[in-house]
Amino acid sequence: MVHVTLKLFATLSRFTPDSADRYPIAPGTTVKHLLEKLGVPEDDVRLIFINGIKGNLTSTLTDGDRLGIFPPVGGG
Amino acid sequence: MKTQIIEKLKEISRPKKYPDDTYHTSISLEDIPSLAKSFKVDSRKIEIIALEESIVPERYARNMKTFSPEDQANLLKSQVSIVGLGGLGGTVSEILARMGIGTLNLIDGDRFEASNLNRQFLSTYEMMGKYKTEAAVKRIKEINASIAVRRHDEYLDDKNSDELIRRSDVIVDCLDNIKTRFILENASKKAGSPLVSAAVAGLSGHITTIFPEDRGLKLIYGPPNDLKSKGAEASLGCLPSAVSVLAAFETAEVVKIILNKGSLLRNKLLIIDLLDNITEVLDLL
Repeated sequence: MVHVTLKLFATLSRFTPDSADRYPIAPGTTVKHLLEKLGVPEDDVRLIFINGIKGNLTSTLTDGDRLGIFPPVGGG
Repeated sequence: MKTQIIEKLKEISRPKKYPDDTYHTSISLEDIPSLAKSFKVDSRKIEIIALEESIVPERYARNMKTFSPEDQANLLKSQVSIVGLGGLGGTVSEILARMGIGTLNLIDGDRFEASNLNRQFLSTYEMMGKYKTEAAVKRIKEINASIAVRRHDEYLDDKNSDELIRRSDVIVDCLDNIKTRFILENASKKAGSPLVSAAVAGLSGHITTIFPEDRGLKLIYGPPNDLKSKGAEASLGCLPSAVSVLAAFETAEVVKIILNKGSLLRNKLLIIDLLDNITEVLDLL
């Protein structure tokens, strides 16, 4: 197992697991796999960033990665 | 005429102390409109001429340790369009008026209702049912009468956008929905003007700056055709703390673009989350 830090923003925060600061995943897990496991609907995922850089659903996560996910946000 | 204005400015300006005990040559708040009246020119013009002579209109004195008189004159010569006058736009218009942006072009067809009161600084009991532009004009004039205001009581759409935002040095996206943001981005690119765009949902949000040649909003939202009509704000609302932080960041970008100073959020996204005290600048490319 490797570990990642998860931050789910805005409406997605309800899918945040208890161990978000050190979330265990199998090596080779992609963002898509992880979101499926957490039950996050793919349609609600707009912006994926890994260690501060834009990623995508097929990005593979490695140990220590910081993953952040934003839904579409347009209010003001 | 300009020579006579300069002579008069030199005659009536006075040395005044900054809090750090250094001095500047100051022209008072009251002297600006009276000079404007006697020379039959805008008070903004008087302020620009004063600043070009390093005479500081006292209202801008606390800007002057950050901006040079030339910078302040450049802000006064600039025109900024603010599209949307809700939470973001109300705060943006207030800050830009205080900063001394010379012309503010205000665009919003909406009127105030009670649910705006939690976050929209221009909404008051008195303004319920009135155009947001009306409240903005009133507030700006109360703050800084030197500022020229253009008021458009209409929603921006793909038919009127080119006309509404023309001749803008910077355009500020303070809209409340993603679809219109793409319309505004298209119009900004066509007009060749930089766009500063912020969006909020709950206690989260983000801001970026888009120049005409940049890829812009699709880096954040994906292709516009794939969008659902409503973003997360539909279920989370918008909180005034998050709205104010992002509005403040928008105004900082506007000033940096006009003065060509500092670092801009081009191809970058500054995200905030006030629930967990997160601010981070992300690379969009």
